Amino acid sequence: MNDLLGVVDWSRAQFALTAMYHWLFVPLTIGLSLIVAVMETIYVRTGLPRWKGITKFWMTLFGINFACGVATGLILEFEFGTNWSNYSWFVGDIFGAPLAIEGIVAFFMEATFVAVMFFGWNRVSKGFHLTSTWLTAIGVSLSALWILVANSWMQNPVGMKFDLAQMRNVMDNFWEVAFNPVPVNKFFHAVFSGWTLAGVFVIGVSCWLLWRKRNVEAAKSSLKIGTWVGLAGILLTLWTGHGSAVQVSKVQPMKLAAMEGLYRGSVGQDLVGVAVLKGEDSRTDEDPMLFSIDIPSGLSYLVYGESDRFIPGIRDLINGFTIDQNGDTVNTVSYADRIALGTKSREALARYGEAVKAGDTAAAAQAATDVEENFKYFGYSYLSSPEAAIPPVGMTFYSFRIMVMAGGYLLLLFVVLLFLSYRKTQYLEKPWLNWVGILSIAVVWICSQAGWIVAEVGRQPWVIQDLMPTNAAISDIPASSVQITFWIFAAIFTGLLIAEISIMLRYIAASSKNDIENPTH
Amino acid sequence: MGNFWRATWSMYIDGFKSMTIGRKLWLIIIVKLAVFFLILKLFFFPDILSVNYSNDGERADAVRNSLTTPTSKPIKNN
Repeated sequence: MNDLLGVVDWSRAQFALTAMYHWLFVPLTIGLSLIVAVMETIYVRTGLPRWKGITKFWMTLFGINFACGVATGLILEFEFGTNWSNYSWFVGDIFGAPLAIEGIVAFFMEATFVAVMFFGWNRVSKGFHLTSTWLTAIGVSLSALWILVANSWMQNPVGMKFDLAQMRNVMDNFWEVAFNPVPVNKFFHAVFSGWTLAGVFVIGVSCWLLWRKRNVEAAKSSLKIGTWVGLAGILLTLWTGHGSAVQVSKVQPMKLAAMEGLYRGSVGQDLVGVAVLKGEDSRTDEDPMLFSIDIPSGLSYLVYGESDRFIPGIRDLINGFTIDQNGDTVNTVSYADRIALGTKSREALARYGEAVKAGDTAAAAQAATDVEENFKYFGYSYLSSPEAAIPPVGMTFYSFRIMVMAGGYLLLLFVVLLFLSYRKTQYLEKPWLNWVGILSIAVVWICSQAGWIVAEVGRQPWVIQDLMPTNAAISDIPASSVQITFWIFAAIFTGLLIAEISIMLRYIAASSKNDIENPTH
Repeated sequence: MGNFWRATWSMYIDGFKSMTIGRKLWLIIIVKLAVFFLILKLFFFPDILSVNYSNDGERADAVRNSLTTPTSKPIKNN
């Protein structure tokens, strides 16, 4: 593995590229499917043809996004087998189940009901069509559930046992894997963020129509729906985001410390509001901030609901502080000791392999016991020092703040638009307001991507928390092969994005008043 | 029951025939899947362990060796 770091870095970059492009499409599919279902429900309840036209307009935009985004996630599974073969084998038994369920759910629910959505107008009853639209929306979210279960397991590996003979972690408790608080929070956080994103998308497109004075009434009606869904989405995203942060404090306290740029924790820990981190060279544990506006005791209160609790910082965690199952901070095993214990476990694993080859069952049994004894620190054996367990603090810290500030802006946007939609409707046609809506489309996507950067960069160096870092998960392949496919993917996904945007823009621009409000079929 | 299947079949056939923007979208989906499965998967993304080893026992040994052999460059920072 002469170019190990090259392979690791290029494989990480490739995975990040494909996951981020994939996530450009997914949240819009999740949220827009709901908005279309809401619009069709209004059509069925009121019987007004204009709502059928509005529904079909947004359904077509949903279809464009669905077509461009579908299967982009498959690439990630390709990468597992080629770039991350150790990881893929090590956890395949656990990862395989949720991904297989996702495939089945996605194929049968989405494929069946999406077809009825698009082809079933005037062929099936209104009620059946509406049911199909809702089932599409539910199916889209359910398929996201299994992907998020798989991702959550990597952040909080539970419900499994390590099988030495197979060299695999095998699932021994499906319910613990699927329904512990980490995936549950993550699922709802991701789905509600999709509602928010789609709400802003509908607002932005509606604002464009208002700015161009096209389909003004349809745009105003759509904007209202988008705003309501967006407001519900952002409030629920805030709520579940808080739940996710509480879970992070329990299972990934290092990530929480990086999110806050917190090196030395304290009782009654402040919450960092607006701040600038010092450069890494001049940053010290005691004084990491160049400038900071804090909320006194805010972090302790958010995590525990009590302002006088201790929150460990990066240095405290390295020195052995952690949060136990009861939520109490305890000083247990320092990272230096974890590296030593993990190394024992890894050495025992090597002994196990040799003993099995030699047919020495007693030695194999002893080695197996030794592996198991310190297996929870297994991954630490790959770290050169305790500091190697610190994630990129700057990227995690700023991404978190970008996400929160963008989320705050979006909340304000929804509240203002809702007020204007009901009380000051004349403002909805002001060009400046239209451009605020249009430009907010960029803000919501940045917010959504920043959230994933916090989740994934903040958990580095782990592929599987505490068990496997990136350098152990990688395949023994040349970096050059990953570089080639990195650029192929960059070209393909950029092409898909350009195709989506151009098809959408042309469709929106071509939509005349008759197309939207008075459908001919 | 026969009517149900006939109606379903005709819904799909008529739906495909009357597509406008949908033709372009299906073309995107088909080209994308062809590129993914016929080019990328076949030529660029072999399953390393399946290709290099013939059974699960060998694959387990390979992963064990890889995980227990000290890497030349352990993680220093991220």
